[in-house]
Amino acid sequence: MNEELFVSGRNIPNIDPYLNIWHWQIPLYLFLGGLAAGILFFAGFFVVRGKEKKMQATVKWAPIIAPIVLILGLIALFWDLKHKLYFWQLYTTIRLESPMGWGAWTLMIITPLSMIWVASYMKEMFPWWDWKFNFLNRFEAWIIKNRKGLAWVMMIYAIILGVYTGILLSAFNARPLWNTSILGPLFLVSGFSTGLAATIWISKDAKERKILSRIDLIFIAVELFLIVHLFMGFLAGSQTAIEAANLFLGGQFTVSFWVFVVLLGLIFPAVLETLELWGFHVPKWIPPFLILFGGLMFRFIMVEAGQITRYLY
Amino acid sequence: MKTRRDFLRISTVGVGATALGLNAFGKGKFKWFDPEADEPVSDEDLTPYATYCEVCFWKCAGWAYVDKAGRIRKVVGNSDDPHSNGRLCPRGTGGVGMYYDEDRLKTPLIRETKSDGSQYFRKASWDEALDLVAKKMKEVKENYGPEAFGLFNHGNPGAHLEHLLRAYGSESNAEPAFANCRGPRSSAYFSTFGAYIGSPENTDIRDTECLVLIGSHIGENMHNSQVQEMSAAIDNGATIITVDPRFSTAAGHSTHWLPIKPSTDIALLLAWIHVLIYEELYNKKFVDKYTFGFDQLKEHVKNMTPEWAYGITDIEPAMIRETARAMAGAAPAVVVHPGRHTVWYGDDTQRERAMAILTALLGAWGKRGSLYLPEAVSVPKFPQPGYPEPEWTWKDLNEGKFPLATMGITTELLKASIPRLGYKHQVKAWLVGGTNLPLAMPDKKLFKEAADSVEFIAVMDTMPMEVTGYADVVLPEATYLERYDFIRAAQNRVPNIALRMPAAKPKYESKPGWWIAKQIGERLGLHDFYNYDDFSEVIDWQLKQLGTSLEEMKKIGVKSFPRKSGPLYLGENEDFTFNTNTGKVELYSVDFSDHGFDPIPVYKKHPEPPQNFYRLIYGRAPMHTFSRTSNNHNLWDLMSENSVWVNPKVADLWGLKRGQKVWLKNQDDAVTSFPVAVRVTERIRWDSVYMVHGFGHSDKKLSRAFGRGASDEEMITNVMVDPVMGGTGMRGNFITFLKEKPASVEKEDKA
Amino acid sequence: MRYAMAIDTKKCVGCGDCVVACQTENNVPHGYCRDWIVENVSGTYPSLDLEFRSERCNHCDNAPCVRCCPTGASHKAEGGIVLVTHDKCIGCGACIQSCPYDARYPHPEGYVDKCTFCIHRVEKGQNPACVDVCPTHCLHFGDLDDPNSDVSLALKDRKWKVLAPEAGTKPQLYYLI
Repeated sequence: MNEELFVSGRNIPNIDPYLNIWHWQIPLYLFLGGLAAGILFFAGFFVVRGKEKKMQATVKWAPIIAPIVLILGLIALFWDLKHKLYFWQLYTTIRLESPMGWGAWTLMIITPLSMIWVASYMKEMFPWWDWKFNFLNRFEAWIIKNRKGLAWVMMIYAIILGVYTGILLSAFNARPLWNTSILGPLFLVSGFSTGLAATIWISKDAKERKILSRIDLIFIAVELFLIVHLFMGFLAGSQTAIEAANLFLGGQFTVSFWVFVVLLGLIFPAVLETLELWGFHVPKWIPPFLILFGGLMFRFIMVEAGQITRYLY
Repeated sequence: MKTRRDFLRISTVGVGATALGLNAFGKGKFKWFDPEADEPVSDEDLTPYATYCEVCFWKCAGWAYVDKAGRIRKVVGNSDDPHSNGRLCPRGTGGVGMYYDEDRLKTPLIRETKSDGSQYFRKASWDEALDLVAKKMKEVKENYGPEAFGLFNHGNPGAHLEHLLRAYGSESNAEPAFANCRGPRSSAYFSTFGAYIGSPENTDIRDTECLVLIGSHIGENMHNSQVQEMSAAIDNGATIITVDPRFSTAAGHSTHWLPIKPSTDIALLLAWIHVLIYEELYNKKFVDKYTFGFDQLKEHVKNMTPEWAYGITDIEPAMIRETARAMAGAAPAVVVHPGRHTVWYGDDTQRERAMAILTALLGAWGKRGSLYLPEAVSVPKFPQPGYPEPEWTWKDLNEGKFPLATMGITTELLKASIPRLGYKHQVKAWLVGGTNLPLAMPDKKLFKEAADSVEFIAVMDTMPMEVTGYADVVLPEATYLERYDFIRAAQNRVPNIALRMPAAKPKYESKPGWWIAKQIGERLGLHDFYNYDDFSEVIDWQLKQLGTSLEEMKKIGVKSFPRKSGPLYLGENEDFTFNTNTGKVELYSVDFSDHGFDPIPVYKKHPEPPQNFYRLIYGRAPMHTFSRTSNNHNLWDLMSENSVWVNPKVADLWGLKRGQKVWLKNQDDAVTSFPVAVRVTERIRWDSVYMVHGFGHSDKKLSRAFGRGASDEEMITNVMVDPVMGGTGMRGNFITFLKEKPASVEKEDKA
Repeated sequence: MRYAMAIDTKKCVGCGDCVVACQTENNVPHGYCRDWIVENVSGTYPSLDLEFRSERCNHCDNAPCVRCCPTGASHKAEGGIVLVTHDKCIGCGACIQSCPYDARYPHPEGYVDKCTFCIHRVEKGQNPACVDVCPTHCLHFGDLDDPNSDVSLALKDRKWKVLAPEAGTKPQLYYLI
């Protein structure tokens, strides 16, 4: 028998018996970040492909959600900080090795980008809109002329944003559950899937929805594939990795993960979307709602479960 | 059930003083006014005050560092001090917690009875409280004679009260430290070598080649210099032999661990003696020159072979021989540690005798690496008249029993307080200083009845410990960091003294023990015994007699003096007369035989646990001094409650899991007031359980300690009294587990 | 200059002195600790092994907490000591997540805190408080680059191990076994 225990009364609040440093603010932000990344990526993508006219909701309307969601995410992040008065220190330095630093700067860039994107379509969406100032009007014209370039920039930053939410966690190899490079692509794909879902939900154009649904199905398939490999990797890893995986294979997160995230959040909506593509009538809000719900749950579970796993003791 | 004296939890009068206290420096409240409160302060910005610790009896000297705002920051050891060598143990380092404890007694309290019969404590002024104590002392003197006023004492606080009591005319005092702790070894070693072991023990561990620990758990008992010396012994590659039913920390660092069956140590010791004698490994020179009774000893142990011992102790004969040979090979540089808490089974003086005999056979006395010849500085007494001669003393309380007791026996003092037990000499009132009797002594029923029977109890303490709940008057003493006390002059290799001076003013309305004793003494007309205004005058006078001064001691803290009694060790073939009847080391004890006790120890079987019960073994944790420190915030952070150690096989049997809370019930149906967490560990035998002593506090005013862990003392109802010196053997109690809260706990007022 | 610590498990008795001394020296708030004791029991009664370890921040050579800090508050100071600059720390908690030894904690004031190797003492030529108080003298500290420093002498001729070497952090706390 091997018995290991603290004998100096160590019981640090939020650290023992397992970490609970990041509360709901972080998974919420990860979800919102992924959502915005997905929306902005496809907005840019279809502009670059020249399919603007056919994908109105994707390109014009959905991106309105992006800056709102990004700002909400930033508020959540700020709320989570424990030394709030010093938050501005984030922007006094660029640290390439810190994924959190990337996040800070990426958000700093993509939020205004998304606002500019939306602003450039304001007159198309709301004909009565007037910028009032001359220099704003000239700026708008310049943006519209360079929209393709802007689209490329936005796509790149959207990918960075989507991937970084996963890399943020996987950089912490001290948390065995996060110590896998699959997390980056997984969060990226999941984020893009939620972005597509949101766009599908607000789109009024059936053809547009069909195109997006097809793409979404591919993403869901990739996600499921990555999840399977995630667990295969853990089970083939070290003891701490196996224990991390066991949280989901019989442990306390088994039901919430497989039912809410995989079944309700991925498989079921995929089935529904397939049925829809085959012509069956499905209320159009159900699949997107389930995907969004699944994405949110996924991040909540990953952040909480990850903090429970630890290297020692 | 209402008794004449209800146990009162000190629940009223906590003054707003807490708001001004500084608990954790990091709190934002003080940050704006004093940024220094948050950051660590360099030693250069701190002022050191000389002190010696009172968290336990080791009395390590150190420096209390105070910052510019007058706050005590930390206590660090004095590097010239042989008790600590510059390093305090965790209790000493956590001593600041005693000073900052917001649960401290703040004002004097007097017990009052309301019209409806209920009792409570009310705040009183010092004059009121002291007047009342003096009045009661005068009454007892008039009605029964001063001898009827008893004292339970320990440490410096107890010493101030002892002086008061002696001046008043009584010697009816007892320390739990004797009959409830180290008594057997004092009597046993005195009868064998004619010398007490004393404190700190004169064990030359740092130079030993073989250290033998019989139940002694160095490392869990933080006897500072001994732990340091054991560490040095490990560095030197010394052989360490630990005899313990539990895999103690010492056992974990030992060369040989003998996992002995509890209560069979005497058999092992006799088998070792047998091996040493019959394999001719004993120290012939020492035995021939200095001992008496070898032939009787040899005859006595003729049949006590390792094989015989194996059947009793569970220790393999090969191991018994190997360890005996290891000791012999290292002799005379062997320390058979005399132990300290030695009241186990009622035949403890005999077990200690066996250890002393073993020591003598190895010649491990007065030699390098064995027991050195200690010397203490003799501090001259401050001028005072001789104490009056009382008509009877603590000795007479024993009524002829326990002839070899060398100090008062606490249990006898309790019994003499109960009229229905019919003792010839009755005790009518108590002073208590420096000890928490309800947790320190076994058999709570006896204590409660005694407390109820006496007419008056005055308790002097720093914290609202359980004993204060029985008092008529509670006198709040300042902690050791806030007062002057006697000069420390304990025995050691080199005689030395240490100064204690206050590092801060007494908090709240607490006062130093010397002041309290003096105030009562003056009210009793004992001015001659208190011929000074401030205790620092006494210290200065004494220091000047010794060739130094208060001024010098304030700067250095500890001062050593050259030895006067001769070298540290016996010379080769030196003639030496031992302070015994025969002038020699008595392997055969004349004292014992004269009083009708076995002159050479005999193994007696002791009762074993009945089915479903497990023997309760208790001990210390290195971060606590039993119940004294359970509420100390710094030390409570390290350990806030005890656990009951259960062998995994037993845990399986009972379905007990790590961390599960259980109540304990003993063989006399006593139940613990609070549940205790289970620790499932291989470190304990399957027939025993282990708990750290000093938890399970029932006084609610101890905000951190109340209800944490369980009190092993509640389980000690079977006391095996040692007929030789009255020691209270406490390891003959067996417990079983109760997984559900028992009904009796809900009803009774546990105090 | 490379500061490091060696802890002799053959002598440690798990008394917790290092924990209290750190608390009083560095004003660590109650309920938090910068160092702690781990007890490890292996085997079956009566064939048992006992090990006590005094643990703290390992001041790793390849510190993940320094790498992941977005503001640079977590940094390497002289001698390789890892420190946190309080008013650069935003309290994001990334460093806490990144430490495989769980050595960091959020201070009630908001910034992240941990063992500093008592740099305020080391600068003046003293040892960290825990090293100076240990009653078994089992903690050794000093400059690894100096062959005569206490820690170098302790490591000479002794077997040692580090905690979680597979984490790749190159910790500078050596446990003598």
